[in-house]
Amino acid sequence: MSDAAFLNLEKLTLAYGDTVAVKDLDLSIRKGELVAFLGPSGCGKTTTMRSIAGLLSPASGAIKLDGADITRVSANKRSVGLVFQSYALFPHLTVFENVAFGLRLKKLPASEIESKVTAGLKSVGLSKFSARKPGELSGGQQQRVALARSMVMEPKVLLLDEPLSNLDARLRLEMRTELQRVQKETGVTMIFVTHDQGEALSLADRIVVMLNGAIEQIGTPEDIYNRPISRFVADFVGFENIFAVEGGKLKAGNGPIDLSGSLPPDTAGLAWRPRMVTLGSGPFQGTVRGASFSGSTREYLLDTPLGAIKAEEDAALAARETGSTIAFDLPVEKAACLKKFG
Amino acid sequence: MTPRVFTPLVLFLVIGFLIGPFFIIVAASLSGGETLAFPPQGFSLKWVAKVFTVESFQESFAISMLLAIGGTAAALVLGVPASYALSRYKLPFSETIRTIVSLPIIVPGIIVGLALLRYIVVPFGLNITLTLFLAHTALVLPYAVRVVSASLNNLRSDIEEAAVLLGSSRAGAFFRVVMPNIRSGILAAFILGFVTSFNQVPVSLFLSGPGVRTLPIDMLSYMEITYDPSVAALSALLAFMSIGIVFLAERFLGFSRYV
Repeated sequence: MSDAAFLNLEKLTLAYGDTVAVKDLDLSIRKGELVAFLGPSGCGKTTTMRSIAGLLSPASGAIKLDGADITRVSANKRSVGLVFQSYALFPHLTVFENVAFGLRLKKLPASEIESKVTAGLKSVGLSKFSARKPGELSGGQQQRVALARSMVMEPKVLLLDEPLSNLDARLRLEMRTELQRVQKETGVTMIFVTHDQGEALSLADRIVVMLNGAIEQIGTPEDIYNRPISRFVADFVGFENIFAVEGGKLKAGNGPIDLSGSLPPDTAGLAWRPRMVTLGSGPFQGTVRGASFSGSTREYLLDTPLGAIKAEEDAALAARETGSTIAFDLPVEKAACLKKFG
Repeated sequence: MTPRVFTPLVLFLVIGFLIGPFFIIVAASLSGGETLAFPPQGFSLKWVAKVFTVESFQESFAISMLLAIGGTAAALVLGVPASYALSRYKLPFSETIRTIVSLPIIVPGIIVGLALLRYIVVPFGLNITLTLFLAHTALVLPYAVRVVSASLNNLRSDIEEAAVLLGSSRAGAFFRVVMPNIRSGILAAFILGFVTSFNQVPVSLFLSGPGVRTLPIDMLSYMEITYDPSVAALSALLAFMSIGIVFLAERFLGFSRYV
């Protein structure tokens, strides 16, 4: 079961009026996966999430969940939970009643509602707060109420909109642990939307990077971090030296530059993180324009015939003087090979 | 004078100007004399007692009450859905619609009254009570829309989506999570509308006919014939009623947040 597709988006096209937000999106998610939709604002990640929830009907394409086509199933009958970025708790109801809301609509017996809500609040550590109103809780506590409110419904898929972005650093770590625990304990399939690559890398099993309403790359955090396949993804995850490749040569500065080592034939670009640049030896020369010290490392900005290059070195090594000329290398074997450069 | 002295002085003068007449009316209504006069001659509660014996006051009070309650309720039945639509959906011309809804407060009551009389009541022979009811509904509608819109704008719309995802229908979400959260706004609108309708003079003046008079109109015609302090006594009683309502509303709803 775990390898079979559980949630399938097929040729999904989503639009607001005449504006197409997502075009022909295909995506398949396994049961129990924790998937991140990562991308800048306007990339279609939130739109896609809303369509899975049923809050937006697709212009075309299909959504299939657990073997059933739910494209035209209304949002209140989908068994999909959503934790809103603003939490969207009901301000007039107590924490207990917020969590009980969906169970009451299901017309479960009172004793069952009572036990489910109690267990739900206990699992997020908010048993003491059941009689409070949402306005009396902190942001982090409100979010945990929202999580419990969705989870007591035992959804097939739980969606989370920017779950960590409104929290401070300490709560962020707490919530991340919390989400991983919930996912492990219940095995619920989770999809969360974020614009923060750090969140996606640290939390997700698989990351879907989106740009301009389409999927740019899908992969594990390691894939995305180490092997970006497009210029956009490389840039997004911190490759700062990115060059186009044409006919096996680097397109930079004054002209094509020969590379040592062979490239896969479909390489459209190469990208290096600052720490992948070798300083002190190599075929290229550069002038140090500036340096910045960040504790364990020192980052240099070099003026080179290839253009500006960012390089990083262990801070234990002697600092290189601004204005000095140094040799450097861009080792091809370390570079990320980009298949898409546009 | 320095601004430190001048500003509070102006403030007290304005407050005095606003509530001074109220004290004069209360004093005049406790007069022992036979005519409406200030300062009062002697002290007596007989005019206050007389208010309750004038038959036409009782009838017109009942009519005013019914109009104020019925008209305001009708305005809310129309105004709550209208406010919801205006605040939740991107309607074309929504600003124009808001302006049109506000017209009854902008256009002088005299004109509204005359227009209703000349073009509705006379040509169609419409029942006076019904016309009064429709006119008061229209007059209260702007307040209903304004106050209810204010409380809807304070309410995040994503709680409705949250309710839907927890299994509620769209309509159910409105009644389960929107209505309970704008309840105090609706009550505030009701009170404001009630007071507005109850004190309404110009429109009612045109539409009151034989046998159907609102209380303010009845007081006006009573004064034309009988110039005794009972009108002052009635005014004072009505003022206390309004103050009482607003006080309770402020106490339990935080009325001033909405107006």
